[in-house]
Amino acid sequence: MSKSINLYILVMFAVTYLVRVLPVTLIRRRIRSPFLQSFLYYVPYVTLAVMTFPAMIEATQSPVSGALALVAGIVAAWFGRSLLQVASLCCIVVLVSEFFIV
Amino acid sequence: MTAGNKNNKAMFFEGLRDGLPIGLGYFAVAFALGVAARDAGLSPLQGFIASILCLASAGEYAGFTVIAAASGLFEMALITLIVNARYLLMSTAVSQKLPEKMHPIHRFGVAYFITDEIFAIEMRQKGDLNPFYPYGAGAVAAPLWALGTALGILVGNLMPARIVSALGVALFGMFLAVIIPPSKEDRIILGLIIVSFAASLAASKLPWLSSLSSGNRIILLTIVLSAAASVLFPHPSGDSTEEKRKEDRI
Repeated sequence: MSKSINLYILVMFAVTYLVRVLPVTLIRRRIRSPFLQSFLYYVPYVTLAVMTFPAMIEATQSPVSGALALVAGIVAAWFGRSLLQVASLCCIVVLVSEFFIV
Repeated sequence: MTAGNKNNKAMFFEGLRDGLPIGLGYFAVAFALGVAARDAGLSPLQGFIASILCLASAGEYAGFTVIAAASGLFEMALITLIVNARYLLMSTAVSQKLPEKMHPIHRFGVAYFITDEIFAIEMRQKGDLNPFYPYGAGAVAAPLWALGTALGILVGNLMPARIVSALGVALFGMFLAVIIPPSKEDRIILGLIIVSFAASLAASKLPWLSSLSSGNRIILLTIVLSAAASVLFPHPSGDSTEEKRKEDRI
């Protein structure tokens, strides 16, 4: 069983790495198409936004604490706090608010 | 001075610094992943190896469920491909940020560290991306991810729910720190983020869309919304303008 698990892990690794390595090694030139340039410019913002909401309020024990952390994170980020500060603030908001909610 | 001009060592240390909060967030999430890995029958060492090799939360989780269900290797390959397909988009975006003169070997190294979070901080870099920046971030984040998985397999069920819940939002907080500041100066980005939030919420509730895996929803929404924004609000092209805009913004 353990041996076959290793085989599964190997397949998982191979596919995961191929997905990451193919575009970045095959596309060496700057893309000139204005549409594709715009598209790639917007991709990070859309992907990260879509991954954050509503997943953030579903990740906590109570959706309320997740929502509070979301608002706190947006405000802190708006005022230019660092990655670490925004991330820690979100954690603290969840921890503290869940003492009252859960 | 652009980031590309700084020396490699300085960029590596900058990566270490920005990778630490990522690693701490990973550590917490990896605990939960470790529980799934244990259910699938992985030893702590196998969990460590799977995580250090794959660096993918949703992808690994899906993979562990395949192992747990004892489905075939083909299913493993297919599910891994589907859940991780968003990295195709991220990898394409990264390909446009690497200096053309850089030695091609670095493309294989940079690819290894394309995770949601490291991608996020890469996109925050001004101008070209120095490969030593993601190397630094990965050097601290990847071991914490793998260690968290192994510890989750060992003692994941002993971690208090409150702590898991609180640490679980760390990575989302980082995403906010990446996408929110540029939206202050760029109304299109601001609008796009609001539309993305709304569309993502809607997609998680609507009949057909909600039946897709979250990985597939992310891909579908990313392609549709980014394409729509590119048609409606083409981003000013031309390298010089783009670099200048980035310099102005950050």
